[in-house]
Amino acid sequence: MSVFITVALIVLVLMIVYQIAQASEYAASMRNDSKTREQSTNQIMAWLLVGFFVMGMIGIVYCHNILKDKLLPVSASLQGEAYDFMFKVTIIVTGIVFFITHVLLFWFAFKYKGTGSKSSFFFAHNNKLELLWTTVPAIVMAILVAIGLRNWMNVTSEAPADANVIEIVGKQFNWIIRYPGKDNVLGKRNYKNINDANNVLGLDKNDPANADDIISQSGEMHLVVNKPVKLIIGSRDVIHDVGLPHFRLKMDAVPGITTTMWFTPKVTSAQMKLNTNNPNFVYEISCDQMCGKGHYSMRGTIIVETQEEYDKWLASQAAYLAPPAAAKSTEVVKTDSTKAITMK
Amino acid sequence: MSNEAILHESHSHDHAGDHHAHEHHEQHFFSKYIFSQDHKMIAKQFLITGIIWAVIGALMSVFFRLQLGFPDKTFPIMEKLLGEWAKGGKLNPEFYYALVTMHGTILVFFVLTAGLSGTFANLLIPFQIGARDMASPFMNMLSYWFFFVAGVFMFVSLFVQTGPASGGWTTYPPLSALKEASMGSGLGMDLWLISMSLFVVSSLLGGLNYISTILNMRTKGMTMTRLPLTIWALFFTAVLGVLSFPVLFSGFVLLIFDRNFGTSFYLSEIFIGGKALPNVGGSPILYQHLFWFLGHPEVYIIMLPGMGIASEILSTNSRKPIFGYFAMIISLVGITVLAFVVWAHHMFVTGMSPFLGSIFVLLTLLIAVPSAVKVFNWLTTIWRGNIRFTVPMMFALGFVSLFISGGLTGIFLGNSALDIHLHDTYFVVAHFHIVMGVSAFFGMFAGIYHWYPKMFGRFMNSRLGYLHFFLTIIGAYLIFWPMHYEGIAGMPRRYYDYSAWESFKQFTSLNSFISVVVIVVFFAQLIFVFNFFASIFKGRKVTTQNPWGSTTLEWTTPIRPGHGNWEGDIPEVYRWPYDYKDDGNGNDFVPQTTPLKPGEESH
Ligand code: HEM
Ligand SMILES: [Cu+2]
Ligand SMILES: [Cu+2]
Repeated sequence: MSVFITVALIVLVLMIVYQIAQASEYAASMRNDSKTREQSTNQIMAWLLVGFFVMGMIGIVYCHNILKDKLLPVSASLQGEAYDFMFKVTIIVTGIVFFITHVLLFWFAFKYKGTGSKSSFFFAHNNKLELLWTTVPAIVMAILVAIGLRNWMNVTSEAPADANVIEIVGKQFNWIIRYPGKDNVLGKRNYKNINDANNVLGLDKNDPANADDIISQSGEMHLVVNKPVKLIIGSRDVIHDVGLPHFRLKMDAVPGITTTMWFTPKVTSAQMKLNTNNPNFVYEISCDQMCGKGHYSMRGTIIVETQEEYDKWLASQAAYLAPPAAAKSTEVVKTDSTKAITMK
Repeated sequence: MSNEAILHESHSHDHAGDHHAHEHHEQHFFSKYIFSQDHKMIAKQFLITGIIWAVIGALMSVFFRLQLGFPDKTFPIMEKLLGEWAKGGKLNPEFYYALVTMHGTILVFFVLTAGLSGTFANLLIPFQIGARDMASPFMNMLSYWFFFVAGVFMFVSLFVQTGPASGGWTTYPPLSALKEASMGSGLGMDLWLISMSLFVVSSLLGGLNYISTILNMRTKGMTMTRLPLTIWALFFTAVLGVLSFPVLFSGFVLLIFDRNFGTSFYLSEIFIGGKALPNVGGSPILYQHLFWFLGHPEVYIIMLPGMGIASEILSTNSRKPIFGYFAMIISLVGITVLAFVVWAHHMFVTGMSPFLGSIFVLLTLLIAVPSAVKVFNWLTTIWRGNIRFTVPMMFALGFVSLFISGGLTGIFLGNSALDIHLHDTYFVVAHFHIVMGVSAFFGMFAGIYHWYPKMFGRFMNSRLGYLHFFLTIIGAYLIFWPMHYEGIAGMPRRYYDYSAWESFKQFTSLNSFISVVVIVVFFAQLIFVFNFFASIFKGRKVTTQNPWGSTTLEWTTPIRPGHGNWEGDIPEVYRWPYDYKDDGNGNDFVPQTTPLKPGEESH
């Protein structure tokens, strides 16, 4: 009922507005002949457009001022430095083009408004001009492509041989992270072995490389500062995406396909808390590919720490495929089982 | 053209065309308004259907913006309207995603493809090339009715128990392929696929018709290089659609097979709903290739008609020829060709080969060049003009502004090294809403206000038109400009709630602000809708044949043209459509039907 009344009310208001607008248009056409009317409209609209332009430019500056502090801190990865530079170059280039074309658009609109006394200038084509504004954008694009491809080659290049290897697997709706353990090798896994109770990644129990692999289901990933890390990315069910805004990177997690991405974190979490003046600061992994109703809550975190801190943390972790007697959950850390594995 | 004589004969106008209003009085209501084969009526059907869908799609965006802007508040009115889906006045996440998906599908396909091309191709092609109707009026009618039935299926899907499709308008598998993955991937997704398949059929029927009409049915003297740019744009729009929609269709067929018949085109090594599926060897990425092979041309299918309309309106209202007519055509060719070879820029981070990625970067940034050429030509068109700020002109100017703003952000996204951070963030949302959403809408609005007199013999109210213009352009920039900042900060799109995220929750107040503007803009569109429908009955009557002082052929038809468009013979064309110059009799334009004066050079 209330919905019906609301709709009826809206229609009524619109009806009244329409009537008023119609009446005012008729009244204007009674008062003046069409030429004078047209010219006064031209005057008003030209000024309104200029007003729109000026307010728009002020708005852009205002918007920038209130939002600039809400952007990301400087890149937390080495690769991101090149990213930030390239972003700046592109902003400047496109910003100049935006400004010039808009000045021209609104200036021409204002300057050449019909006044009744002028006539237009018959100017149908000019090949020199066309050539000019074909080649200049082409050259600018070529420059941007050159910078872009150089960076692209860098981020997609092979990871250095000494990189830490970590696997991250998406599932509806959280991240599972696997470390290779002492042997530095991630063991084989097969999706047919998956079992949510005791084998979330489907590790192949016959592969000895799996024996010391550590799995974290809390979505917390530990990285060593200044040490390259290579992520092996997978998915158990639908497509997800490992989004690392602070590191300026992302890569899809696709079921049936393994993707990778490597980078070098350069600021520890502790340092970042100081840099951003935010004691709650945390590197977050956001799922950036629509994956179902819990997509928005598919959150992981990253802790970047020094080598010592990392080693200490790693030593406290239990291998996932612990011997039968030991605990299965990594949440409950059993030191003795870790020892059992490391001794092997 | 020879067909002109034939067509004319078949219409045998033996009574001089002075009482055109009565000529077709014997037409039955059904054949006149429902199963009409008259291109003008079909255009109106597309337009009005499009408007209805636009209101539905926009209302959906109001609902999900309420959630985004005010995640911790409840809105009882939503429960009234949506029932179960908004229990307690708060959208449930499942339905939030369904709304986002439906909003995208409806606006991209039903409004900005069918509503835009369907309307203007049908209205303008016969009118502006000088034909009495389409090559096949029957196919044309079918095209509308396939679209209509597609709409029925989509509408029905809103009411099924598991809800409509909810995997995003791109409906990537496996999410869209597996019922276990999401509620919307059940019956809702089946209906979505049926609806979209019918939609493809509608597009193909329409597109083939547009192409053959333009190529074969031009009036005498109407060479291809005398076609208005609207027709050129609509021609390439149809070419894009005809070549790419079948690929989308094949993508859908494989998806239907995976969903229903146990094939593994897109599925491999999946563990879901507590069990491992048998499918191995498929690739979800294949679907993305097939989808974007249409998906990218699709964005130009949406853009080109607006470009054509804006060219026409900027020239007419500047009382000046379009600058660089041939450059405009060549850039349309460039865009059309390149549109087919840039699709993978939507897939830079799917793990595809980085080398392949580089090629797509190059081709993508190349497409910015013809786009830039168009912008500079538009600017030069208004330079030293004698501008009349009619309502369509305002929208055409707004179109240019928005196209620049949105095109420039494409340069960021097209560069894979930048996209690797911006992909699937609000930066993308801002980019495509400005360039495709709002800009294409501005082209459409410009066209509606401009050709309304031809469609209905009346004018829309211009005061409300100006109000509509300013509210919309200000609102659109207020909504989408700040979204770039959210995207640069890495804020992902398609999130139901950001409050748990340390990195994104600083935008809470901005999100509320945007949502408030969305509501205002929504009501501004209702002003347009009301103006549109009320003016059909109450608008100021058109009293002259050529109210805008245009050169093109549609303005040589009677004020309310009957079936067949022209009373007597179809006029012959002697010159290009942009002769906005002194005709020697105090007019500032020379219609295409005026023979060249002795010694006058043709363009
Ligand atoms: C200068 C020309 C343009 C370039 C270089 C460009 C580039 C891009 C790129 C690279 C993306 C993918 C972004 C991502 O998902 O990470 C994108 C997305 C998009 N663009 Fe453009 N674009 C341009 C113009 C246009 C135009 C004219 C339209 C529409 C008329 C358009 C509509 C879209 C849409 C709809 C999407 C998003 C689709 C989605 O993911 O849902 N773009 N653009
Ligand atoms: Cu997700
Ligand atoms: Cu694209």
